[in-house]
Amino acid sequence: MDEPAMEQQELLAAVVSTLKSIAPEVEESDLVADQPLRAQVDLDSMDWLNFLIGLHDKLKVDIPESDYARLRTLNDLLDYLRAKVT
Amino acid sequence: MIEFKLPSLGADMDKGTLLRWAIRPGDAVKRGQVVAVVDTSKAAVDVESWQEGVVFELLVQPGETIEVGTVLATLLEAGETPETVKPTAPKERTDKAPDVSVTSTPAPLAAPPAAPIATSLRRRVSPAARKHAQEQGIDIEALAGTGPDGAVTLQDVQQAAELRTQAQAAAPDKQAQMRKAIAAAMSRSKREIPHYYLSETVPMRKAQEWLAASNEKRSITERLLMATLQLKAVALALKKYPDMNGFYLNGMHQPSQAIHIGVAISLRQGGLIAPAIHEVAEKSLDQLMRDLTDLVRRARAGSLRSSEMSDPTLTVTNLGDQGVDTVYGVIYPPQVALVGFGRIREMPWVTDGALCVMPAMTASLAADHRVSDGHYGALFLAEVRERLQRPEQL
Repeated sequence: MDEPAMEQQELLAAVVSTLKSIAPEVEESDLVADQPLRAQVDLDSMDWLNFLIGLHDKLKVDIPESDYARLRTLNDLLDYLRAKVT
Repeated sequence: MIEFKLPSLGADMDKGTLLRWAIRPGDAVKRGQVVAVVDTSKAAVDVESWQEGVVFELLVQPGETIEVGTVLATLLEAGETPETVKPTAPKERTDKAPDVSVTSTPAPLAAPPAAPIATSLRRRVSPAARKHAQEQGIDIEALAGTGPDGAVTLQDVQQAAELRTQAQAAAPDKQAQMRKAIAAAMSRSKREIPHYYLSETVPMRKAQEWLAASNEKRSITERLLMATLQLKAVALALKKYPDMNGFYLNGMHQPSQAIHIGVAISLRQGGLIAPAIHEVAEKSLDQLMRDLTDLVRRARAGSLRSSEMSDPTLTVTNLGDQGVDTVYGVIYPPQVALVGFGRIREMPWVTDGALCVMPAMTASLAADHRVSDGHYGALFLAEVRERLQRPEQL
């Protein structure tokens, strides 16, 4: 397996585990990657902030509030994080 | 002697199940100390004592379901010794029939000394009881004894084990129980409280810009949510309009000096809980953010304190995250008002004769007509709006 795909898997795993710490009922298989994430998982502003803090702690990325609007779907988030961690 | 009773933990809770004691006979109890953990249909609540003393007797066993007002334990006041007070007669306890109403009937202090007066706070435990407790993993010190001199008998341990099993088996019913509790409180609200409703469109540009600029300077862990600005604005408005704050009890409004705002928190597994953040008007936004984060976390984990459950003086509910424009709230008795916030959306707005696009939100008020009128409510809501126009002063 090539390098980027591996990274993608690790990122996805990190995102899903962080999401599950906020919303334990979430199943990875239920997530639709190109649909708005917050609506799918019912994350209110507090959940969303805690989710981003979780990602910040896990991946050491800083996500300024001005970037929130770009992070609509799971795919958006993965793309964003990949650009930040590499 | 001080009787420590199960306090009311909100209008939708009239009984609870003692999960465990956090104190033992002989312990000194301070004001605000958590003395027991009581399971309600909504959360495991850390019950605090508001009196000081030394624990004399524990009268209820873990696993027992008791009504609000039931004496859970007795404390010795300063100057009292075990020799000067008499143990509470076992028959005053709720014992096995939790549904038999013993609400707020305090055990008479001068119970006939059926048993010899306890001379020491050391527990007496029958050897069989001790052995059985060890096998079952039951903390014998946390049990109230029914034997002579308050001794813990084998029966006490067996009963505790049985009650624990029952409590564990009852867990799946929690959802249904919570629904029932909410139903009872909201039915009471709609039956007893003549609600009136007002709403006000609040321009949010200033608050949004201030918050964005403020958060830009903060690390992610210190960021504020708009909810903290809303809570503070409501609290400051309440200082000016105290008729919105407090309780309606015994046929009259009892305004509260303190401003403890109940925050409606939806639970992921369903249901709702609205514990208080205390003294909101006196706290900085940073402190409110820390308190709110902690409260939401603990509410969802099912671990709250009795004071948070029993003393909100007004509730705020924010359904904006769900895309709702306007909240038509139901007042949580015995409170006298509820403030709702909808989502912030961009809308056409006219300022100085010119049309522009304005981020705005609907703030709504449900208030008790027995206490206030629409005019007063409107002034209060306008004050909330004005406070949100000066976010730097919140």
